[in-house]
Amino acid sequence: MSKKKTLHVPDAPFRPGDKPDFKNLNLPKAGESEKPDVLVDPSEIRDLAFGLVRVLDDKNKAVGSWDPKLKPSVLKEGLRNMTLLRIFDDRMLTMQRQGKLSFYMKSLGEEAVAIAQGMALRPDDILFPSYRQPGLQFVRGRNLVDMICHCITNAKDNVKGRQMPVHYSWKEGNLVSISSPVGTQFPQAVGCAMASAYKGEDNVSISWLGDGTAAEGDFHYAINFASVYKAPVILNVVNNQWAISTHKNFSSGEATFASRGIAYDLPSIRVDGNDFLALYSVTSWAAERARKGEGATFIEVFTYRAEAHSTSDDPTRYRPKDEWKSWPLGDPLERLKNHLIDLGEWSNTDQKKLEKELDELVIKSYKEAEKHGTLTDGPWASEETLFEDVYKKPPRHLRKQRQELGI
Amino acid sequence: MPQMNIIQSVNSALDIILEKDSNVCIFGEDVGYFGGVFRCTDGLQEKYGKHRVFDSPLSEGGILSTAIGMGINGLRPVAEIQFSDYIFPAFDQITNELAKLRYRSGGEYWAPVTVRTPCGGGIRGGHYHSQSPEAYFTHTPGLKVVMPSNPYDTKGLLITSIEDDDPVIFFEPKRLYNGPFDGDHKKAALKWDIHPKGEVPEDYYSIPLGQASIERAGSKVTVLTYGTMVHVAREAAESSGIDAEIIDLRSLVPLDIDTIQESVEKTGRCVIVHEAPRTSGFGGELSAQVQELCFYHLEAPIVRVTGWDTPFPHSLEWHYFPSQERVIEAMKKVVEG
Repeated sequence: MSKKKTLHVPDAPFRPGDKPDFKNLNLPKAGESEKPDVLVDPSEIRDLAFGLVRVLDDKNKAVGSWDPKLKPSVLKEGLRNMTLLRIFDDRMLTMQRQGKLSFYMKSLGEEAVAIAQGMALRPDDILFPSYRQPGLQFVRGRNLVDMICHCITNAKDNVKGRQMPVHYSWKEGNLVSISSPVGTQFPQAVGCAMASAYKGEDNVSISWLGDGTAAEGDFHYAINFASVYKAPVILNVVNNQWAISTHKNFSSGEATFASRGIAYDLPSIRVDGNDFLALYSVTSWAAERARKGEGATFIEVFTYRAEAHSTSDDPTRYRPKDEWKSWPLGDPLERLKNHLIDLGEWSNTDQKKLEKELDELVIKSYKEAEKHGTLTDGPWASEETLFEDVYKKPPRHLRKQRQELGI
Repeated sequence: MPQMNIIQSVNSALDIILEKDSNVCIFGEDVGYFGGVFRCTDGLQEKYGKHRVFDSPLSEGGILSTAIGMGINGLRPVAEIQFSDYIFPAFDQITNELAKLRYRSGGEYWAPVTVRTPCGGGIRGGHYHSQSPEAYFTHTPGLKVVMPSNPYDTKGLLITSIEDDDPVIFFEPKRLYNGPFDGDHKKAALKWDIHPKGEVPEDYYSIPLGQASIERAGSKVTVLTYGTMVHVAREAAESSGIDAEIIDLRSLVPLDIDTIQESVEKTGRCVIVHEAPRTSGFGGELSAQVQELCFYHLEAPIVRVTGWDTPFPHSLEWHYFPSQERVIEAMKKVVEG
């Protein structure tokens, strides 16, 4: 019996009610990928686009040539940042449920991405994140109160209440204003990197977008310009499998996202996004290569979005409830913690103590932030700020409109 | 003083600004080695080096987005979109990103990008080389929108636009590049030496944005216009003998409403002329503002002369392009009405 011919429409591998089974992912073992020299010709490492750089093995040991051999103090800093992000997210979600935030987006299951990658960079490297890399701010030491003031949209929100929560901007930390239209930051990061090269500076730019967004034109503008001008930029597709309800099978027909970079002659590396050490190592490699004038690196960060896209969707309507539990690459926080325990540098008691300390810090910061107002009761940014920053100086028509409003 | 056409005056402005500010760089399709399809960047790559003036991929979204990134990182990019008809792939980056960056970041980030783009018809370009899309951008807070009508203004306004810390969409009416055009396509092409503003100083000068220019003083009717239509309207006044005051707006955002109001209060009559289609064109905005400010001085309803609400045609170009006759008819209607 022949199959009836019609249009092929892909589907997600598992839907609600299915039992997720990721055996067919055929994941390479930790330590299998060889780390090349940073000056390598991209054509010699095409296999990295189809493999998976993994350092932490199933027994929580660091193995293989990609092991960045970080000091325990750096690993502990990473664990602290990841733990803080998870606690911060939980607290903000709770407050969102209580109506204190208009909206929220969590990073659950992806904490290692921004934190390991951010830690592998220099403070003068310029960040163009999507909305799911707030962890960068912890890496660079942003004041929690300031972050919360933005999230609860009060008078101290540095973006003056103009954006939804989690659309941070932080000039001091070189974190460029986050936009809601997805992917727009990707080619902007390339332009920013082009400017660094133009000025003869050796800082790099880095940007992230998701698997769903990789279908936007901006993705292609970015990777092409990055390749053409050898821009010192690190471009990351965070393939967390889901774009709201759209499975990555709708974003791409390729074998891997990383393989797209091969056509642009960029080093293209697929990395375990739940492996702090692998992420740190690959990002350091890419940054060093960029600083040496060898141009851009394209990275597919292979991970899983454990939470809803945002507080506006219910993932149980489009995927199995416990799909994350079946994800073969585990929980990034647990893996780093267990590695530290294995090294004899940490214990579950230490972790509990850390969680308590950070939970208290977040609660204290939240209370402090609330002193500057809340979304529901104000005070908010003053009314006249409505007309500020449209232009450097308000033109007359805006000054008149402001007068019409009586302010 | 030297004579220049608009191509030369653009080139002169860019030359001066490249010399003055090492953070200015120019890029776009064919602008580098070749010097631009209209020759506006001719010789600049050779003079300043290929990292200052360079070719880009054919990717308008890529050009605008990377220009934003450059602007964020301290450069002052001048991006060329080869024809304004091709600006739409960059529309999201312009309207959602470039225009809103300063606002959405609470003033932390901005990108002082100037987008140069040839616009308008009269060159037998059909609908993809003739459009006047200025109204899409005047409708977007955060952008400044400029359209000069002669070589002198072009140079002064372009220098100001590039030095402005806000983004500017700088429209160059391409029918005017080589000479003024009064709408009579059967006549031999005119050169800029017949127009007083064909004289352009070689040195640096700037013209503030938001100042209109009175192309022709008159007492019977105010004609608000910009770009190529400035010349069509002026000749319409000359040939009909109607003593019209022709106001060349030069910049649409910010708009010089004072000059407009003063003139309309004096003449009591107003005609608005632009090439772009009528519905939701910038003329609608002008008409509304004149009505709001000058209602009790108006002796007759405001009349708009515009392109039709059709795509810009090819063979029927001269049926579409607002002619002197249509401007004269409108002026008569308003003056006699």
